[in-house]
Amino acid sequence: MTGSMIKSQNLPYCKGCGHDLIAKSTTGALEKLGYNPLDVIAVTDIGCHGIIDKCLNTHTVHGLHGRSVALGAGISFGTADDNQKIVVFVGDGGTTIGLQHIMEAARLNLNVTVVVHNNMLYGMTGGQSSGLTPRGFCTTTSFKGNPFTGYDICKLAHTAGARYVSRVMGVGDITDAMMKAFDQKGFSLVEVMEICPSYGVKLNPRRKLKEIVKESGRELGEWTNDLPAFTDRQGDKTANLLEKTPVIEKRFNHQLQKPLSLVISGSAGEGVQLAANIFSKAAISAGLHATQKGSYPVTVGVGFSTAEINVSPEEVLFHGISVPDMALITSADGLQHNRQRIEKMQGGKLFIDSSLTPPETGAEIIRRDFRSVGARNAAIHSILYLCRETGILEESSVYQIIEQEGKADKMPLDKIRKAMEA
Amino acid sequence: MHEKNSNDQVLIDGSRLIIESLARAGADAFIGYPITPANLLYLYGSQRMDMMLPAPDEITTVQWMAGLSATGKLPVTATSFPGFALMSESVNMAHMMELPMVIVLVQRLGPATGTATCGAQGDMLLLNGVLSGGHPIPVLGTSSFEDCWTLSARALEIAVTQRTPVILLTSKEEVMTQKSFDIGSLGTISKVDRKWYDKDCCDYKPYKPTGLVPEFLPVTQTTHQVRLTASTHDQDGILQHSSPEALANTRRLEEKIRASMKEKYLFYQLDHQEGAEKLVTAYGISAAAAREAVRKLRRDGQKVSLFIPGTLLPLPPVYLEILSGYKKVVIAEENMNNQLGSLLYGQQMPENIHFVGSLGKMISPEEIQKEVMS
Ligand SMILES: Cc1ncc(C[n+]2csc(CCOP(=O)(O)OP(=O)(O)O)c2C)c(N)n1
Ligand code: SF4
Ligand SMILES: [Mg+2]
Repeated sequence: MTGSMIKSQNLPYCKGCGHDLIAKSTTGALEKLGYNPLDVIAVTDIGCHGIIDKCLNTHTVHGLHGRSVALGAGISFGTADDNQKIVVFVGDGGTTIGLQHIMEAARLNLNVTVVVHNNMLYGMTGGQSSGLTPRGFCTTTSFKGNPFTGYDICKLAHTAGARYVSRVMGVGDITDAMMKAFDQKGFSLVEVMEICPSYGVKLNPRRKLKEIVKESGRELGEWTNDLPAFTDRQGDKTANLLEKTPVIEKRFNHQLQKPLSLVISGSAGEGVQLAANIFSKAAISAGLHATQKGSYPVTVGVGFSTAEINVSPEEVLFHGISVPDMALITSADGLQHNRQRIEKMQGGKLFIDSSLTPPETGAEIIRRDFRSVGARNAAIHSILYLCRETGILEESSVYQIIEQEGKADKMPLDKIRKAMEA
Repeated sequence: MHEKNSNDQVLIDGSRLIIESLARAGADAFIGYPITPANLLYLYGSQRMDMMLPAPDEITTVQWMAGLSATGKLPVTATSFPGFALMSESVNMAHMMELPMVIVLVQRLGPATGTATCGAQGDMLLLNGVLSGGHPIPVLGTSSFEDCWTLSARALEIAVTQRTPVILLTSKEEVMTQKSFDIGSLGTISKVDRKWYDKDCCDYKPYKPTGLVPEFLPVTQTTHQVRLTASTHDQDGILQHSSPEALANTRRLEEKIRASMKEKYLFYQLDHQEGAEKLVTAYGISAAAAREAVRKLRRDGQKVSLFIPGTLLPLPPVYLEILSGYKKVVIAEENMNNQLGSLLYGQQMPENIHFVGSLGKMISPEEIQKEVMS
């Protein structure tokens, strides 16, 4: 489709509304730059300026209040074709509620042009003050003048990394200013200063737009950053996530007659989750079913680290463990985190580091110096010892997984073997 | 219950299966904002999807997704209640614009921030009312690794064929626990067949339905004008206050979801035992306990059936029929208020409907067994 971007020169705004000029100069600028209507994706916000859609021959996308910049950003991610132009309309109200979206689009230097219709108040909802209303400007919610300073959206966008930012007065012919913004590679934003005849003019009689803008400290001008425009450069992707979980072949035997629940617990950074993972995989390599669940504080680097494991000759349908059949405790953090359920054990086995005082429990207590091979290896030590003591899994199945996972060099396996003999 | 017999055993979590399934079905972008317990999905999404974008918040997340969707991409995200709450206006927008996307909602203990690392099943009622007007949004719930595989792909299929955001409902324990699993048992997932408007003539109307769903065209083509809007609109995508054509359009949104979810996308498992008068009903994480409870009860010689709904919302009418076939029904759901039950029966819970709930911990098989036998 070629031809005019705009359907009619009769736009649906109140008489004298600055939005009229912006709509006409925006479409005029795009025509002058040689765009066809369907080369343009116009994303509009909720607000008076947003009712322009029906008058445009471009693609039009009309979403939520304040979100047009984010929506336009999303479109830009999916638009490989440089020939298409994404134009986002937003008001000072939309800028206020959606400030984050503008900062983000500027920071990433997305290929969109944002046109801020700054009439210094929420026009559509009755002339209330927005975050861009200048100090002293009268609105329907501040008849004596806005007591707050308004955001300088140009400064903010510039600081965030926008390729091109400009502020113009919404009077006369602003087509050239628009053309300049559209002609950028990367994020551009034009803030057009205007006044809403229905509220702004009425509440601020005899004040001139030019003077209001000047007094508010907003300079007219352009600001640029020489930063690269967004390109979608993604790193290497995995073609198949399932290849990252290699099939574990059955190579070993086990001595388990019924399901067994097991808790391994120690301190963060002591290899508890890794040891649990190795044990679970070793169980699978012995033809058992297994589940493994980790828990640790949100600050993963300190405090306890607990792993709950179920192994069973039949499918484990429910993996929750309240009181385990066996517990392996390698540090004080681990003991503290599991003390209550250890106390509730009425049988089974508690393997606990000999530095710790075992709680009252119905479990058989086995004290070993698991930490003698270094705190970081206490958990894997305890796992291997459990295999030896109970015969549930062959120790060699655990060693095999350690080997397969490339951990053999990182664990003092000889030292652990020796410690187990002691 | 079967002894395992395949060699393809791996140790895997549900997050991995969900993302791989979505990717195979055609999802090609993951928009992420971190939140426990959805972080594994984010990790895998960033590794697997062609495009990964880190959003600065969850409102932006869905806005970016909607923008991508308007260009023909099929975006996915994963979140939990705090993030989903921020998304809700944008989910309404995407539904109104008819833009496909999948949101994996991993439930955790609320209200508010609650406990990030504790599972829960507390968001069904929220989802039931998340669209203003009470319009339904498709929600599928995973109750096993098999579901993570099959229903994730189905969620994307629904998003595409019905042109709507779809919620895949799961919870912390389902997507973070690793379990041995026979990946050899997984079926093939083929890419969702996506048909776009393909006529060259100039009468494309973005919201003119064929059947109940309009044909899609991305804003990146330059043959036909596309108008997308979240405001009440006519078939041309032009804002209307409440014209008959525009209201018919809004009505159609409701109808297309109800019509497709009640049959075409009806997923559930009914493990009926001959002669059983008792039924255990559960979905999500509580389905694990329910399966174990039923296994044990049957071993003890009890006759009991098991019902696991996969299509959660809009609630398929057939579920009431299924439950009415039993003298005693036990619903297990990890919350205090029997959300599934109240969706089925409203304020008047029939006396034969029993509830096993829980707060801050998984429901155990024993609790369900006890209620079945009480
Ligand atoms: C989330 C949300 N909050 C509030 C509104 C109500 N609302 C509609 S338009 C508008 C103000 C628009 O002001 P502005 O963006 O400056 O545009 P103008 O009308 O001045 O052109 C508001 C607050 C809304 N639609 N959505
Ligand atoms: S209310 Fe103000 S901003 Fe809205 S159209 Fe009228 S003059 Fe323009
Ligand atoms: Mg305004």
